[in-house]
Amino acid sequence: MKGNEALAEAAVRVGCKCYFGYPITPQTEIAAYMAKRMPTIDGGVFVQAESEIAAINMVLGASASGVRAMTSSSSPGISLKSEGVSYMAGSDLPGVIVNVQRGGPGLGGIQPSQSDYWQATKSLGHGDFQILVFAPASVQEIIDLTVKAFDTSDKYRVPAMIFMDGLLGQMMEPVTFPELKHNQFDKSWACNGHGNKRKHNIINSLYLQADQLESIVLERYKRYETIKQELHMAESYLTEDADIVVVAYGATARIVKSAVVKARSNGIRVGMFRPITLWPFPIQEINKAVESCKSVLCVEMSTGQMVDDVRLSINCSKLVHFFGRTGGVVPTPMEVFNKIVELGGVN
Amino acid sequence: MAIVFERPKSLLDVSTSYCPGCTHGVAHRLVCEIIDEMGIEGDTIGICPVGCSVTAYDYFGCDMIEAPHGRAPAVATGVKRANPNKFVFTYQGDGDLAAIGTAETVHSATRGENITVIFINNTNYGMTGGQMAPTTLPNQVTQTTPYGRDTKIAGFPVRVCEMLATLDGTALVQRTALDSIAHINDCKKAIRKAFKYQQEKKGFSIVEILSTCPTNWGMTPLESLERIKNEIIPYYPLGVYKDIDAED
Amino acid sequence: MTKEIILAGFGGQGVLFAGKILAYCGLIDDKEVSWLPSYGPEMRGGTANCSVCISDDTVGSPLVTEPNIFVAMNQPSYIKFIEKVQSGGKAFIDSTLVSKKSERNDIECHYIPATQIAEDNGLQGMANIVLLGSAIKETGLCAIDTIRKAFESVVPPKKANLIDANMRAIELGMAY
Repeated sequence: MKGNEALAEAAVRVGCKCYFGYPITPQTEIAAYMAKRMPTIDGGVFVQAESEIAAINMVLGASASGVRAMTSSSSPGISLKSEGVSYMAGSDLPGVIVNVQRGGPGLGGIQPSQSDYWQATKSLGHGDFQILVFAPASVQEIIDLTVKAFDTSDKYRVPAMIFMDGLLGQMMEPVTFPELKHNQFDKSWACNGHGNKRKHNIINSLYLQADQLESIVLERYKRYETIKQELHMAESYLTEDADIVVVAYGATARIVKSAVVKARSNGIRVGMFRPITLWPFPIQEINKAVESCKSVLCVEMSTGQMVDDVRLSINCSKLVHFFGRTGGVVPTPMEVFNKIVELGGVN
Repeated sequence: MAIVFERPKSLLDVSTSYCPGCTHGVAHRLVCEIIDEMGIEGDTIGICPVGCSVTAYDYFGCDMIEAPHGRAPAVATGVKRANPNKFVFTYQGDGDLAAIGTAETVHSATRGENITVIFINNTNYGMTGGQMAPTTLPNQVTQTTPYGRDTKIAGFPVRVCEMLATLDGTALVQRTALDSIAHINDCKKAIRKAFKYQQEKKGFSIVEILSTCPTNWGMTPLESLERIKNEIIPYYPLGVYKDIDAED
Repeated sequence: MTKEIILAGFGGQGVLFAGKILAYCGLIDDKEVSWLPSYGPEMRGGTANCSVCISDDTVGSPLVTEPNIFVAMNQPSYIKFIEKVQSGGKAFIDSTLVSKKSERNDIECHYIPATQIAEDNGLQGMANIVLLGSAIKETGLCAIDTIRKAFESVVPPKKANLIDANMRAIELGMAY
């Protein structure tokens, strides 16, 4: 199954009832799949919105009424959605946003990229807030993390992003859909008509009294601390005895893994660390993975964005090098291997 | 003693943020009277805009959602599609509906979203202190048209009802005003029809309400009502621009 | 050992479909597989290619840059990739459409007039499958039964009548 299609099917199976989208390469398969699939399920909604802005606000509305909702786009479209994401975060609304990244800035290109890392993990809109960011590296993991994204988004009432790139979205791999139990979450806050049985609910992000807004934001940041304790995922591969640990996420981690295998067969002690949650960043796990290594190499399809989090997470306790290709150029395993050799692995 | 007049039940007993003499209160009351008469408060979800009525979620007794500026029809689309049997209305001003939210307005209308839009047109941005709105009349003085709206520079006003009436998705498009008892009664009838059409799943309904802004117009409340009659209605004629039932 | 395959040609020649068949062959044989198409302007009539990986272990990079099996269906694709074939690798070239011959002697080049063969046998548009037949025979990728099962998985029921034609194209490729 194609990554994009697997994502859409997983969303449907985990109870997403509403999809709102707008065409943009390389994620359009998600919209096309949903257009076919949603009319076949009870209460399923598909709307092709007039804009990315409208699409995210339709998600806001559906989510505010207590229904699982999703939108998907690629980099330039995500920028347009940032307004709505900020409002959703400020209104404590769940919801899933998919970014199948392409090269930027501006209209950029349509080839795979990871240059929206800062946007996703630091600043998807104005104001003090975070969203959950999941970075799958295989089509199977796209499915697993889509399920996780919906559940954790509902649990913590925080928007969640599935953060991919064109390569993962277009790639086809065999998958199995897990037996899904549809976890129920408290949605007594939803605006779906009070039926004269309760006080009216208000979904809102406006607080004109500064101290009131401050306390609301601080409450949310307390919740973020809980999330940091409970939600941090990563994969460590051959890091125990590694002299060099290569850090990469998403499709890049696949390429790095090939380079690591090649380097190992050349007698170089190298391992890979792959963050699966990008926010929260798996701080404990990375510290453990780099504990005994001499140096760290961060590889991204960007000019170097996650590398900041790598340095911060390990308090610069190791020298962190960077290698990246950008603009839609995918690094090759050979390039990464050469970089590993250059860093002084015993060849 | 018999009660002959009281606050609609769905209009909450709180003080509002509106200026003295502003007709937002009348418009709120009319919407709530209809909600009460139809007995639908428990099945209604309202969407507030950004503008003077941004805090209207505190005034209406039904469930309320605050939308980003201009996006109320998109938020309403999400709520209504997910809850097709509930009543969904947006309450929006002219800047929200006809400037920053034009795309959302036009496309929810042309999709025939089964929602009701209450559109307050007071020919300026009230909340931010009286700047030019898309509906500001030619030569009207505002903070950002200090010499009067020069159509050569600032372009022409948007006549929303005339524009939306051309779209096949609309069921009811009507312009009303709050400057006289007769017009207020007409307005209430229009709102009732709009909610009734929604109940009957007829499609998109919009009731435009010509409203006053005494503070930013620099007028007394009475002068403001006169302005609606003498200046605004001639530019924005009242009437039914589209009624899907009348066409049958 | 990972089979790293690139299939390349013009859009419309069925290189993505042929790649999908190979991926399904791997899947049916319980291998780890990935299939990655080029996307973008290529989808609209230019050149198209796809990467297929078939491996006993987890597939690393799904993007193949240096294939050990290369199927070329037009000259631009041949020029683009022939120098990148791994030493010891095998190339399968539609010699009806590609006039060049490789001077490399560290790879094994098979020139098959696949388009001609397909046309001569009333199998227009199945040059891709003829090449596939040759590639499967020369590389021992999978058994003939597996190929039939792959077609049965990929071809939609509405077009099931095409499975036999496809199998004939495979056989022609194998026999060349």
